[in-house]
Amino acid sequence: MHVTIRLFARLREVTGASDLTRSIPDGSTAGDAWQALVAEFPPLADHTRSISVAVNEEYAKPATTLRDGDEVAFLPPVSGGCEANERSE
Amino acid sequence: MMVTSAPLDVAAVAAAVAGAHDGAVATFVGLVRDHNAGRRVLWLDYEAYAPLAVKTFEQIAAESALRWPDAPIAIHHRIGRIEVGETSVAIAAASPHRADAFAACRYAIERVKQIAPIWKQEHFEGGEVWIEGATADPADDEARTLAFARACT
Repeated sequence: MHVTIRLFARLREVTGASDLTRSIPDGSTAGDAWQALVAEFPPLADHTRSISVAVNEEYAKPATTLRDGDEVAFLPPVSGGCEANERSE
Repeated sequence: MMVTSAPLDVAAVAAAVAGAHDGAVATFVGLVRDHNAGRRVLWLDYEAYAPLAVKTFEQIAAESALRWPDAPIAIHHRIGRIEVGETSVAIAAASPHRADAFAACRYAIERVKQIAPIWKQEHFEGGEVWIEGATADPADDEARTLAFARACT
């Protein structure tokens, strides 16, 4: 099956693309799609523990099963929200 | 609720929430400042997953409405290159009395910072860096409680 992968900020810079279409095995999860992407772009491995996942424009879990035509987005940490950032503003 | 590359109009955000029964509109305007972490900032580039960001803003409004049902909020966020002194985010909350408007507005910006899928790249003298904070799960009650606490102090 084919899925569209959306990448943002740092992740987009690593791959050089904000949109990718990839073929992955039926029954793959969002986490499986990420691992396939890491295999293709090894520097992404550094981000495995910090990313969030969205499927079809809704927040999801790595265990979420994908279907043909799904859009899966991998999101680096958002730009605000930690104490240190807020104190500096 | 809006994510746009166009300059933000704070008066329009306020007008979007104010009705005849409201006696107060509180607004929050986030600006690009000229310094951060000891660096001289030249400009910021904001990037969003726009459809999810708008849905996140709707979720924040729904959360706010549980606590302040008479204080509707509107959130407009700009993306792309934003110069020092320009507005990156504008939030308005309206209510019959000022206390709820202030609280709902504060809550909204706290939650935007926690959960909105929006990233900023700081361009400073000598380089650029993605500014990242902790990602809060939108369903994380602890983060939501913290935002409520900040709104009510």
